[in-house]
Amino acid sequence: MTQPLLDVAGVQKTYTGSGRTVEAVRDLTFSVGDGELVCIVGPSGAGKTTLLKCIAGLLEPTAGTVTLAGARVDGPPEAMAVVFQEYGRSLYPWMTVEGNVELPLKQKKLDKARRRELVRDALEAVGLADVHSAYPWQLSGGMQQRVAIARAVAYEPKVLLMDEPFAAVDAQTRADLEDLIRSLWHKLGVTILFVTHDIDESVYLGQRVLVLSSSPTVIMEDLAIDLPDERTQLETRSSPRFAELRGHVYEQIQLAKHRKGDQHQRDEVTPARTAHGATVAAQHDS
Amino acid sequence: MSTTEVRPAHAGAEPVRRRRPELPSAVLGLGGLVVFAALLELLPRTGIVSADYFPPFSEMVRALVEAAGTDRFWAATAETVQAWGIGLGIALVAGIGLGLLIGSVELLRRFTASTIEFLRPVPSVALIPLAVLLLGLGLQSTLLLVVYASFWQILIQVVYGVQDVDPVARETARSYHLGRWARVRYLIWPTALPYVMTGVRLGAAVALILAVTAGLVGIGTGLGAEIALAQSSNAVPLVYGLVIFTGLLGVVVNLVARALERRTLAWHSSVRADVGG
Repeated sequence: MTQPLLDVAGVQKTYTGSGRTVEAVRDLTFSVGDGELVCIVGPSGAGKTTLLKCIAGLLEPTAGTVTLAGARVDGPPEAMAVVFQEYGRSLYPWMTVEGNVELPLKQKKLDKARRRELVRDALEAVGLADVHSAYPWQLSGGMQQRVAIARAVAYEPKVLLMDEPFAAVDAQTRADLEDLIRSLWHKLGVTILFVTHDIDESVYLGQRVLVLSSSPTVIMEDLAIDLPDERTQLETRSSPRFAELRGHVYEQIQLAKHRKGDQHQRDEVTPARTAHGATVAAQHDS
Repeated sequence: MSTTEVRPAHAGAEPVRRRRPELPSAVLGLGGLVVFAALLELLPRTGIVSADYFPPFSEMVRALVEAAGTDRFWAATAETVQAWGIGLGIALVAGIGLGLLIGSVELLRRFTASTIEFLRPVPSVALIPLAVLLLGLGLQSTLLLVVYASFWQILIQVVYGVQDVDPVARETARSYHLGRWARVRYLIWPTALPYVMTGVRLGAAVALILAVTAGLVGIGTGLGAEIALAQSSNAVPLVYGLVIFTGLLGVVVNLVARALERRTLAWHSSVRADVGG
């Protein structure tokens, strides 16, 4: 792996409410190299969104640090763009598709011609070249999320954070959007951190999959996905290796559901899982 | 006092109407008006009510049409509309400006909340003696009443509107580094706009009520003063005629406000026709 672009070190987040504290994230340490596509998968309520917000600089971790390109993150970094799950709320309904994509660029003090170029290219890249003057709410859910992705792409970030971006779209659209993410990643060379609860999605998309435990969250496994770089919904998903990997992650998630971060170290391991885990670990090391 | 209808406050405009079912309801509405006018005509004519203080509808209309032929009538109308317009304008600027400020600063909002809740329900007409004492008779006193009545309507709506910013939309703005000014312009203001429009509609209606009232009680000029004059000179049909006219003004104000609302809120879920899901 090259020099890590994003470094998450000992991140912990505790919410303090009226009279009680909730430890959402216990201790997370991992790094993402320049140009990597890493998926974070975990059971629901695993603090995935909390983690992502800490990385995005939208939430301050209680302990630990997030470092992007050598600089500590203490607010939303310039070199980062976030795609939220709730596209309908993240896009501004009072602006056209074009206006939405262009808005962050105005803050970057880019001139009009450059802004236009970026907006056009980004909309073209997500396959929405012809809807620029429409309003987001005139589009289908999948198209709206494409607009949100175009907005992030036009911003020209080094790191693209995606918080369960396809959780609210139908399966067909979802497959198309997954392929879009892979192709954008290839084309732009951007680093992507993709949070999802969908095991298949994480395996299909990622070069690496980080498996989270239940809250309070730790990383249960950092799994390298050794599927070929050229992936197609039909072939990749029906390949034996894909089935193995997804099966492995599935087991981990099942364990994670019943296991919290504080039990992680001393949990007994079933024989079946050891065997499988060993093969995976071997490939991970190589 | 007025036939202007005050609708309950809500964030958006009216629900989208479909083309087809609208026709019968429009016809029905018109039919209702005709029946009502016929009733007003028949009650005095059949002697059920005394024509002395309740002339037939046709006489009211005739008195109004006659008055409408005079410069005096239109001068009075202009005065009322002027007091309404200036007062509403002041209330808008103050209400929107302060509303944006109070709504965006949590501390300020908590600090002013109980004061606003105390001052808001004070009826504007209760301030008439104070207005006369402070500003004497004339336009200034009228404006005080008009502004006081409409200002709170607008302020409250703006304060609520500003607080209605969606958390995801706010985080989007933060993560894309929208500055303070950009946030107000592209996020907070559009979010508050449906509320502002409701405030404008309510404020415009209540401003007209007060503009007429000020004339009626003798501190201002305009249509209210004309009604008072007609009453004291026992021109009963004219009194009714003028009342009908102020009602029509109220209808026009409401229609204009609604048209404005539909225009500025074309994107809002209460106006638009959604496609996506």
